[in-house]
Amino acid sequence: MNLRARRKLINSTALMLSMTAMAFGLFWLLWILFEVLRLGVGGLSPDLFTKMTPPPGGDGGLLNAIAGSLVMVGLATFVGTPIGILAGIYLAEYGQRGWLGAVTRFINDILLSAPSIVIGLFVYAILVIQMKGFSGIAGVVALALLVIPVVVRTTENMLMLVPNSLREAAFALGAQKWKVICLVTARAARAGIVTGVLLAVARIAGETAPLLFTALSNQFWTINLLEPMANLPVTIFKFAMSPFVDWQRLAWAGVFLITMGVLALNIIARVLFKEEIKR
Amino acid sequence: MSFAVARGREQSTISGNLDPALEHCQISARNFNFYYGKFHALKDINLDIYKNRVTAFIGPSGCGKSTLLRTFNRMYQLYPEQRAEGQLLMDGRNVLDRDIDLIDLRARVGMVFQKPTPFPMSIFENIAFGVSMHEKLPRGLMQERVEWALRKGAVWDEVKDKLNQSGMSLSGGQQQRLCIARCIAVKPDVILLDEPTSALDPISTARIEELITELKKDFTIAIVTHNMQQAARVSDYTAYMYLGELIEVGPTDGIFIKPKNKATEDYITGRFG
Repeated sequence: MNLRARRKLINSTALMLSMTAMAFGLFWLLWILFEVLRLGVGGLSPDLFTKMTPPPGGDGGLLNAIAGSLVMVGLATFVGTPIGILAGIYLAEYGQRGWLGAVTRFINDILLSAPSIVIGLFVYAILVIQMKGFSGIAGVVALALLVIPVVVRTTENMLMLVPNSLREAAFALGAQKWKVICLVTARAARAGIVTGVLLAVARIAGETAPLLFTALSNQFWTINLLEPMANLPVTIFKFAMSPFVDWQRLAWAGVFLITMGVLALNIIARVLFKEEIKR
Repeated sequence: MSFAVARGREQSTISGNLDPALEHCQISARNFNFYYGKFHALKDINLDIYKNRVTAFIGPSGCGKSTLLRTFNRMYQLYPEQRAEGQLLMDGRNVLDRDIDLIDLRARVGMVFQKPTPFPMSIFENIAFGVSMHEKLPRGLMQERVEWALRKGAVWDEVKDKLNQSGMSLSGGQQQRLCIARCIAVKPDVILLDEPTSALDPISTARIEELITELKKDFTIAIVTHNMQQAARVSDYTAYMYLGELIEVGPTDGIFIKPKNKATEDYITGRFG
């Protein structure tokens, strides 16, 4: 076999292996999506968005769980995003050399890869026990703790992608550092930073473990943050494990909602990022 | 010799009459040294840059010409491991003094970089950005200033109908002229050009060279270039640098026709470098 034929063979073998790997991954993903669609669509009805979670055998929907999830995810993002962006700006623009930056980056990486159940137990210990009860606010804190490291990391990475020549150009015009950051670098990295926030939202939208120890769940309507609060993941957990067929159907409908929501967020993040790169 | 091809026609007659003794100094380097950490990058530089003249810095890569240029506006100060010693005099004051206000200094000494660096904002805002760092202008005056700078930068005709579009939507050559206009808008005394055309096509390069010749009426210009013909075409004075030392400096004609130093001649005639 001559050299060229051998190279061609190696090339096609490598190509085939990577195609197989891709097909393997896609197969499970598509199967999951298909099952979610098949089982979830059955539970979709106007009731889902207008009625509270029912007792077994009763008639109901997921309104309180959807609302609880929206409130907690929204607040956690609202609290976590500014902290995360500011910390990310610090790491990228100020903390490149000092020990403080290195330590912060290291701790953030640990936080980023910490299992979410650890975060849940932590908040349980410092908030739920102190407040003598599960509460929406504890859920918000747990979710915010999950948002922060993701946003810190993406913000830093996106700012590091901004070419140094752009910073120098702004400094050369006599701009102060904070003006360079606010008006030039952060602006150049805007799409990437927003993408990071969206991905963080997508991550916490389906988190169950931290909520199980903090917000728990609630069969009734509440938006009082001091009471246990219903939410989609824990409701799904409870309903899916139950022997009742109508609860199981609602659980699948909830899974369908979360999956579609996360999918939509991911697609928006991608489109947004691409648009900005093009400009 | 290669200079005959390189030399522009009308230029040679003008700069042929240059006499350093009659020039006004804009910046003077005296016993100037520069270090990257422990590396001694510039050694005992003594040099004058004259008002309303174009001074070109030539020399092989790594000889320190960009490094020298970046000390004139203290750009190096963004990087803590870099430091300068000696004197860089401008209007009788040492630019390296600790109590020099960097914001004022950079308003007086503008800089344009190798790659065009439009900010991620509209063309209008790109120009207004630098101005607003130093002056608080009402809207009307700012509009006048932006138009004035864009005209000076020779891009007005191309951008006047799209001032609200992103500066990044322009072509490379237009972006670079936008950056020059942005620098002019602040009304500096000195403009530093760090290989301003090395990322551009020949036509854009020619336009920028024309612009440089035009701009020296109002500004003092220092330009780093890898292109010897460009140095010969646009500059009045040329400084040849090698391994961190200033080998020879003088009127461009002299340097290109009759270099005093053998090393300069070797570099200019392409025997080395």
